[in-house]
Amino acid sequence: MELSGYRRPDGRIGFRNHVLVLPTVACANGVASAIIRKAPEAVMLPMDSGCGMLKEDQIVFAKTLTNLAGNPNVAAVLCVGLGCEAFKPDQARTAIERFGKPVRSIAMHSAGGYAATVDKGVAMVRQLAAEVSRLRREPVEVSDLVLGLNCGASDPASGLTANQALGAAVDLLVDAGGSAIIGETTECVGAEEEMAANAASPELARRIIDTVHRFEGHVKMYGADLSTGEPNQGNMEAGLSTLEEKSLGCIRKIGSRPIVDVIEYADLPSKKGPMLMDSPSYDAPSVTGIVAGGAQVVVFTTGLGTPFGMSIVPVIKVMSNTPAFKRMEDTADLNAGAILDGEETIQQTGKRLFELVLDVANGRTTKAEDLGENQCQIWRTTLTL
Amino acid sequence: MTVKPALIVIREKDNVATATRDIRAGEQLSVALGGKQVALTARQDVHFLHKVALHDITPGERIYKYGAVIGEATRRIAAGEHVHVHNIRSLWGRPKA
Repeated sequence: MELSGYRRPDGRIGFRNHVLVLPTVACANGVASAIIRKAPEAVMLPMDSGCGMLKEDQIVFAKTLTNLAGNPNVAAVLCVGLGCEAFKPDQARTAIERFGKPVRSIAMHSAGGYAATVDKGVAMVRQLAAEVSRLRREPVEVSDLVLGLNCGASDPASGLTANQALGAAVDLLVDAGGSAIIGETTECVGAEEEMAANAASPELARRIIDTVHRFEGHVKMYGADLSTGEPNQGNMEAGLSTLEEKSLGCIRKIGSRPIVDVIEYADLPSKKGPMLMDSPSYDAPSVTGIVAGGAQVVVFTTGLGTPFGMSIVPVIKVMSNTPAFKRMEDTADLNAGAILDGEETIQQTGKRLFELVLDVANGRTTKAEDLGENQCQIWRTTLTL
Repeated sequence: MTVKPALIVIREKDNVATATRDIRAGEQLSVALGGKQVALTARQDVHFLHKVALHDITPGERIYKYGAVIGEATRRIAAGEHVHVHNIRSLWGRPKA
């Protein structure tokens, strides 16, 4: 299948062409929503924070917000804020300018109130939309694709079908020169040795183990027992008994090719191939970090089913078993339960998934996009003040 | 038309299998293990995707799935018994023996 995408000023390829209205703090979510109601050619990302944070989290917030705007699926950006937040709209605009794409900013305090911000914001969005409507796709390589991987609402079939098929698809992608980012450090706990055994070098193996141990140390700092939250109630009712069992199923997603790097949350990769991004296992912050890292398409495997989606990136939902696929079919894009039913091999489902990834990159919409699903959460590792 | 097996085993090293459908207590099952067919009787109802012991397991014995350790038995488990949170536990946070 031929692949086509939008070449952005920084050289990265996008597979959507969004105008993004980006709140710089949760206080601006409402006005951002009001802007896109009047200018539906744009999309937004809801923030759950932007204030009441310690320095460590402010730094991660600003970096993630900037890199989300930098994602190559985003053609142009309007930063909308209040004016008193940690990362103000004009500061965000300056940071985003490094990507070379059109970016504007507006703050409610200086714009003259709520209605004025909406009116000015709508005018700016319409200008940006007209500008980016002139952009055209061009033929690109599979090696330009960065695939985000996530699993959520897992059941025991996730590790037997959907995650295995995704691993097979990732192998096809990586063999063609592409990249894949797996997150969810939490779900490497108990499987870190297996993952490290697949590292491209002993030094990288060490870094994988250290990253997982660092996360465990964080949990221990609270005097908490990780096994009280992992697996969760839904996982256990479905049949997952222990954290290790869940993790061993989860790491299947990254496939069998050597892991080339470990990167920090929301950082941009510097290498091509399969890599680990340090992130929590909770879906919203995990996918947010990976999308900030530049993933243009996300594959989200699930056993129980979830409508999860994100406005700026197509999220492909892969169900692990047929009964669940039938129950949640209006949220799911592919049924890997065919493996459990004996109708397909892991390799066959993996190939079918890989072809769907390319089709979605070329413009086919996912159920999550059709539903307008839109979750976003930036990982906070310290306190809310 | 071949009937889909009720249990699947991932690696030869595994001592638990996964139910591919709801299994009723007393059902006679056959599972492929290391190239041979092994007979097993389900000792309880086992729900779709839950685990069944392939052999007798002693307390403290490691549980293998995916060819790797997923936990340890907290009590005796007989072959054909449902394996889950009531008779196995995670090894996370516990000293590695």
